[in-house]
Amino acid sequence: MPVDQPLVVISKSGSKRWVSAADTAARKLGLKLGMPASKAQAVVANLKMIDADPAADAAALERLALWALRQYSPVVAVDGTDGIVMDTEGADHLQGGEALLISGLVNGLRGRGLTARAAVADTWGAAHAITRMTSAETTVVPVGGVAKAVTRLPIHCLRLVPDTIHGLRVMGVETVGELSAMPRAPLTLRYGPEVGRRLDQLFGRMAEPIEPLRTPELVEAARNFQEPIGAAETIAKYVRRLVGELTSKLETRGLGVRRSDLVIHRVDNTRQCIRAGLAKPVRDPARLSKLLCDRIEKIDPGFGIERLVLVALIVEPLEERQVASSLIEELVVDVTPLVDILGNRGQRLYRVTPVASDVPERSVMRIGPTADETGATWAAKWPRPSRLLSNPERIDVTALLPDQPPAVFTWRGKRRRVKRADGPERIFGEWWVRPREHAAVRDYFVVEDEAGERYWVYRAGDGVDTDTGSHLWFLHGVFG
Amino acid sequence: MSRAHNRRVIEKLRERIAHLEGSVAKKAIVLPFGVREMDEWLPGGGLPYGALHEIAGGGAGTVDGAAAALFAAGIAARSKGKVLWCLTRPDLFFPAIAQAGLHPDRVIFCEGDKEEDVLASMEEGLSFGGLAAVVGELVRLPMVASRRLQLAAEKTGTMGLVVRRWRRQTEASDFGNPTASTTRWRVSVLPSEELPVAGVGRPRWLAELMRVKAGECAEFEIGACDAKGRLCLLPHSANRPDTSAWRGNRAS
Repeated sequence: MPVDQPLVVISKSGSKRWVSAADTAARKLGLKLGMPASKAQAVVANLKMIDADPAADAAALERLALWALRQYSPVVAVDGTDGIVMDTEGADHLQGGEALLISGLVNGLRGRGLTARAAVADTWGAAHAITRMTSAETTVVPVGGVAKAVTRLPIHCLRLVPDTIHGLRVMGVETVGELSAMPRAPLTLRYGPEVGRRLDQLFGRMAEPIEPLRTPELVEAARNFQEPIGAAETIAKYVRRLVGELTSKLETRGLGVRRSDLVIHRVDNTRQCIRAGLAKPVRDPARLSKLLCDRIEKIDPGFGIERLVLVALIVEPLEERQVASSLIEELVVDVTPLVDILGNRGQRLYRVTPVASDVPERSVMRIGPTADETGATWAAKWPRPSRLLSNPERIDVTALLPDQPPAVFTWRGKRRRVKRADGPERIFGEWWVRPREHAAVRDYFVVEDEAGERYWVYRAGDGVDTDTGSHLWFLHGVFG
Repeated sequence: MSRAHNRRVIEKLRERIAHLEGSVAKKAIVLPFGVREMDEWLPGGGLPYGALHEIAGGGAGTVDGAAAALFAAGIAARSKGKVLWCLTRPDLFFPAIAQAGLHPDRVIFCEGDKEEDVLASMEEGLSFGGLAAVVGELVRLPMVASRRLQLAAEKTGTMGLVVRRWRRQTEASDFGNPTASTTRWRVSVLPSEELPVAGVGRPRWLAELMRVKAGECAEFEIGACDAKGRLCLLPHSANRPDTSAWRGNRAS
């Protein structure tokens, strides 16, 4: 199919056929949603029309929701016919925060050929409205900023039935702000309680729990409480029991958990989640319960907890392995438990590994903390400073060109006389990384001042040809 | 009373105190510097494992902590096993640390946003038990925090190394406040070793042992870590050029 051929999806009800979706090319030609199919055909020649398949759409949306469940948050549900709603609280730190989470989500979907808009807000209603009514790809509404963000939005976004919306518009109500300023009683009398309920849900005055999506192959353990529990020790006790149940279930299937969620149902019908990710599949109850119990302080039990559910979201095969005696081989300590504990607290864990590059800032690469050991290290020919400034700082220098070290330099307002110096160590730009570096040269010197403080300074350029650099001097590192 | 007898009495008393402190089982394990004068000075013949050691820089080193980090890296390099390095400012240049003998495969970095994160990560690392050393770069080390770290280290026998670095040179007076660490060092840079030709020789440090539990303070002029993380002692240079310059800096 040619890319520029306009494409629309046609829905049917009875004998009526209308456009229910149109691609960018079709919209450009003036086709609108809700337009009769025959009219669309008359407006655009060579229009490609596809019959809508709501069942397949729903199934695809559910598949997407399941993917999001594994990837992003423990509480994910399908929102209407065209969206996914998820509770990111307690799970956003694993993706580096809310903004990064949704931009990653939108980019991930774009990589799969889907155009999506995402928003994070205090309430389901607000996020629903903002994604559908604003043109921005990602929006993060700050905590408490819902009222400000939604007042100007049209009332379509309120998830009301079309008749109600039509009636409200006849009355002259166009935006959410106008509607929320109206007295409630006449509204309820005329349109029923739905309008007030949706408004309350939008502004967070009424709770709207998300019923999470579940599939039969998810391994989970749950416990209901007759009396609501609230004390940290009690929660910890039951978390340990749930972990025990879960791990024994996993053991029968030969699986280990990579990501697990503890969903906490409170008596006031709200949910909270704790997500624990692991670097390698694990079935050890002690490790798993430590990860979950570490974050019990994050739970707000409110009036009590009535149900705890522990789900193993991502599982991987895990086989028992025989460990040789420490008498035969040297015991290698496995640090993954520590990596898991620190990683779940939101710390950034990494190891570094050498990269074959002469440019100092490119010679170090971060790798995962549990990545395989490479054994590689830097070729230790020249001394390197133990602190490297992320942005080299300009220094004022008195030096002989082309290849003499500085005699005097001023850094951060302090003038230093150079007693000893080594260099130059010439480093060429890497044109295969950035074409602009084709001719670039840096001449590095180790300089030592009268007090014995040693610095790594460089001159941009070779001191002769101005094409190689600006001939300005920079301080790049501090030696120990 | 003879001197030898005196020493025996003191040894006995020390043993009793150690017994009361409950650290008697892990008393013997130390990491020697391999420099006779330094090891003899330290009780037990080296830096004890299962203890907290504080290292700060002097002069401009109070801010960048370059020499202090390298000193800590040298100690960590001579231990056996993995090292957890907790920090908030990721300006450590690892090729230099690798030149002090610490292989990149051995070090796991843990970058936090706040000082408290570093303290929490250090405590977790110390109480984990399988690591050789835990290094943390900290601005403030209150008494309570250092006590917690020291206790966690005592429990597992992991060495805790705190590299103190401040935002401003004037804040370094904080280093005088008491902490529960077993040893406290200040490592400041000295002019490098003289070479017969032009150039910068082996870096030299002034390592001041400012506090040691059950020991006396001392100063050592040392040559910086070599490729295996070892130090060497330098003879006190009789006619040092002009020490008032850096001593003046350091006093601030």
